[in-house]
Amino acid sequence: MSGRDPGLQPERTRLAWRRTTLASTVVAVLAARNALQNGPSAIGLTVCAVSALLWLGFLLVAHHRISTLAATGRPTALAPRHATAAVLYTVALALCATLLVL
Amino acid sequence: MIPFARNVRLWFAPQRIREEGSTPDYRFSLANERTFLAWLRTALALIGGGFAVDQFLPDLRWAWRVGLALALLASGVLCALRAVNHWVRAEQAMRRGEDLPLSRFPTVLSLAVAVVAVAMVVVVIAGWEG
Repeated sequence: MSGRDPGLQPERTRLAWRRTTLASTVVAVLAARNALQNGPSAIGLTVCAVSALLWLGFLLVAHHRISTLAATGRPTALAPRHATAAVLYTVALALCATLLVL
Repeated sequence: MIPFARNVRLWFAPQRIREEGSTPDYRFSLANERTFLAWLRTALALIGGGFAVDQFLPDLRWAWRVGLALALLASGVLCALRAVNHWVRAEQAMRRGEDLPLSRFPTVLSLAVAVVAVAMVVVVIAGWEG
């Protein structure tokens, strides 16, 4: 590795993952708030638990990627299954939202 | 739709992408990854918008509220799926040394968001009067 990367690319990518995690946190909190709005119900609690799990899954993917980017000077490209996992968590959150809206 | 189905297999298989072409400068891959994440945030924002319509416009008629919320949620899902698909295509193009894929999706999404926004303004104003 030749000195520091002038574009700070890994750093910027790490921060992009952090921003995205933050966005998914907002959505998960909105889901929980929406689910428990009318007092605790079976569906409400289930949706709340599922969105908490989805958020946790997203957090794990992001954390894994952030530590990979931080560990190596010349990081490898994102693995497609991690990208797909992040997208599927997002889609599942949207499905939770659909359940709540209907 | 066939190329899309072929790409779906690539979503899950890291080794298949690496089978062809040569690895580009890691900075290009990271830039592609950040673009993917930006689209994913857009998708999350649309999903959050769906929640917000449902939650903060309770006086709206049921059909309008659910219709607007579902439109936002559906566009969020589309945006997320398209994000990973576009990321795979860009990654492949860079490995093969081809031009990056063009896409009409940003235009379509902008128009859809504009339509939903106008509908929301109309519905809220009509709701106040009625």
